Amino acid sequence: MRIIFTSTGEGWDSKIDPRFGRTDFILVYDTEKDELEAHDNREIKEVAHGAGPKTAQKIHELKADVLITGNGPGGNAATILNKMPLKIFIRAGGMSIREAYEAYKDDALEPGAQ
Amino acid sequence: MRVAIASGKGGTGKTFLAVNLALKAAETQTTLLMDLDVEEPNGGIFIQGDDAEIHKVTRAIPSWDPGACNLCGKCISWCKFNALIKLGEMILVMPPLCHSCYACSELCPMQALPMEQQSLGEIRHLKLGKLDFTESKLDVGLEQSSPLIERTLELADELFADKELQILDSPPGTACAMVSAVKTVDYVILISEPTPFGIFDLNLAVETVRQLGLPFSVVINRDGIGNNDIYDYLEKEGIPLLAKIPNQRKIAEMYSRGEIIYQQVPEVDEALEQILSKLRSLS
Repeated sequence: MRIIFTSTGEGWDSKIDPRFGRTDFILVYDTEKDELEAHDNREIKEVAHGAGPKTAQKIHELKADVLITGNGPGGNAATILNKMPLKIFIRAGGMSIREAYEAYKDDALEPGAQ
Repeated sequence: MRVAIASGKGGTGKTFLAVNLALKAAETQTTLLMDLDVEEPNGGIFIQGDDAEIHKVTRAIPSWDPGACNLCGKCISWCKFNALIKLGEMILVMPPLCHSCYACSELCPMQALPMEQQSLGEIRHLKLGKLDFTESKLDVGLEQSSPLIERTLELADELFADKELQILDSPPGTACAMVSAVKTVDYVILISEPTPFGIFDLNLAVETVRQLGLPFSVVINRDGIGNNDIYDYLEKEGIPLLAKIPNQRKIAEMYSRGEIIYQQVPEVDEALEQILSKLRSLS
């Protein structure tokens, strides 16, 4: 299974980035391989319009099963995410990636729009 | 002549001034009042009539034809607003982000993005004696007001070019919507109030109007509240003070009941007279 986190940094101790579209990094944890890979998303700062759809497109390319984020995607991004077989969890802002993953395993995260 | 009533700040009296000024002007000359605050027009609360004519307004949005598309993805790179997204073997159009520029549709080598008309809103037109009143209302849920504002102004050019005075009740702020309305006028009246907020937002509006290269002056509403800083600001910037409207509780009370003010409050009538005589001197 592949779990995506919106993140402010590149490792397990980084914080969840509460922003969806304008998240600094997209982290993908592959539970079978036990590998955490980081994708730099900071170029999104240059995008004036449609940051949400753009990040949603990246997430589609990364082929994940679960998305863990903070405030949750906006309407445009949600339209795109809803086309994917993806479970969304929100309000993990402020947690570290590790804490968010533990909370996910404990079924303690809030499901997002889908 | 076309005049915009605008302000950096919301709630400073744009509609109050526009409605009263238009009704007073229409006593003697053919006047058009356009409420262009398309997200929440409220001129219609004050100017009412039964036989309104409705003009439906649409805008063009690309629709994806999967049979024609070869998934080359060029449209994605052309769209400056990220309104097109490629999701695997699908192209998704995001209408809230589309600016109806036609680039994707015209340039697509497979002609797989034909433009389709979608509802944008409506323009209500009412005629009361010498006054023509239009109220433009954006469909609920749409985010971009500029296309409807531009369409209303085109309609005004088609139908009302002969009106001696055209008054625009501009959308608030200084963003795209306000600029779309204000850039088409001959003269701008900025309305503000003598408070720190009032000065700050007036200054933004002044900078915007200066950049558009339009002549303008300022009306101070609710004179008597706050302090004198706004008058110092106008003097320092060399901006003409066109009129002052006093702060009176009864004006607010009448306004909240949807009443017309100038026939009941001499100070307002006098301020409107000053404004109209300035406008007459310009045309």
